[in-house]
Amino acid sequence: MSENYYDSIIIGGGAAGLTAGIYLARGKASVLILDTATIGGQMVLTHQIANYPGVEEVSGYQLSMIMRKQAESFGCTIKSNIQIKNLSLVDEIKKVELPDNSVFRSKTIILASGGRSRMLNISGEKKFKGHGISYCATCDGDFFQDKEIIVVGGGNSALEEAVSLTKYASKVTILHEFDYFQAFEHAVEEARSNPKIDFIMKSHLTEFIGNEKLEGVKYKNLSTGEINAKNIDGVFIFIGYEANTEMFRDSELKLNKWNEVPTNDMMETSIKGVYAAGDLRQKRVRQVTTAVADGTIAAVSALGYIYGG
Amino acid sequence: MVLPTNLKHIASASEHAEILKDHENVMVCCGRMGPMCLPVYDIMGELQDEYKHVEFRDMAFDNPEAGVIRNIPEAGSFMGLPFTIYYKNGKVVAATSSIQTKEQVKEILDREF
Repeated sequence: MSENYYDSIIIGGGAAGLTAGIYLARGKASVLILDTATIGGQMVLTHQIANYPGVEEVSGYQLSMIMRKQAESFGCTIKSNIQIKNLSLVDEIKKVELPDNSVFRSKTIILASGGRSRMLNISGEKKFKGHGISYCATCDGDFFQDKEIIVVGGGNSALEEAVSLTKYASKVTILHEFDYFQAFEHAVEEARSNPKIDFIMKSHLTEFIGNEKLEGVKYKNLSTGEINAKNIDGVFIFIGYEANTEMFRDSELKLNKWNEVPTNDMMETSIKGVYAAGDLRQKRVRQVTTAVADGTIAAVSALGYIYGG
Repeated sequence: MVLPTNLKHIASASEHAEILKDHENVMVCCGRMGPMCLPVYDIMGELQDEYKHVEFRDMAFDNPEAGVIRNIPEAGSFMGLPFTIYYKNGKVVAATSSIQTKEQVKEILDREF
């Protein structure tokens, strides 16, 4: 086979993809890991990981660098920040084509492209990213000292980050689309008992307003349909994650209505020789530990297919 | 005070001035070791071989001397790390706030340098 042939190509270099790479390479398979962004995936976006067994506390960046080093030490080839032009999943030999027309072939593919923070996709969101709109309280909180901000969302991240942002902001308004929160009760209690936090429930943001930086928002009351405007210095958005599956949506791969990849217990997808692992899968719990487990199982399945199939 | 990245660093205002004086094309990413900054450092590291005519540097945002970046007019509306500044012949030609993709960075490098 040519130098561009691998036993397995892994799309995605987060916890799931790197783990799959480690297991495959240790199983003597040749492995190429391709990532459209930075190696580490959502792990890199986590300041401290305190619930990864065996490691008392580590930054997401450090953990991802250790996993990368392990994967490379076992022989994985890793390419990050690349774009994928075409994917051919159905044939016995799978193909991945890059924009420079280089083509990589493999017997198996493991899809581990993960997820990303969901955006609101409303007017002004792109324009004001970094100019009043943020997706990371730890990174940008100190730009909002004594300012008024909105936190959008009703899950654990939204409520916990809203509380942490009260260290800086003079006032935090949590805006949520339902009349209840999905967060754990202790997170709701902590937010409700914080005197700097108030709430706008059953409402959607509809527009960001400003010139050079964010100056205000418009939001719609979902009960009455009424549109209101509010002057604001910043908006932090924590409305969950969505699967990075755009590159598979025109393929024969079966996706569910949320564009996640359904698999069986062995991480097999609807296409023979194609496996999925990590946050792009249809599942409820998305943690580094579950991604690592998915990657392990996908690799073991792929090894069986490579050597037994 | 420098960042523990694999990039070359700028540690002081005088070093910043010297780099701008000595090089035509300079990209400086000013941030912390946080989740929005790390991907940009990583991208810069990968682009160094491809853009040999550009000097890539980082600078610690919390370094008091990073005022040479924090306080430029182009960053007046910035409220997200990192602050990434592109200089040609010592003048700011582009500046971005918050995380960027490799394509966004390359688009500016190709356009300005």
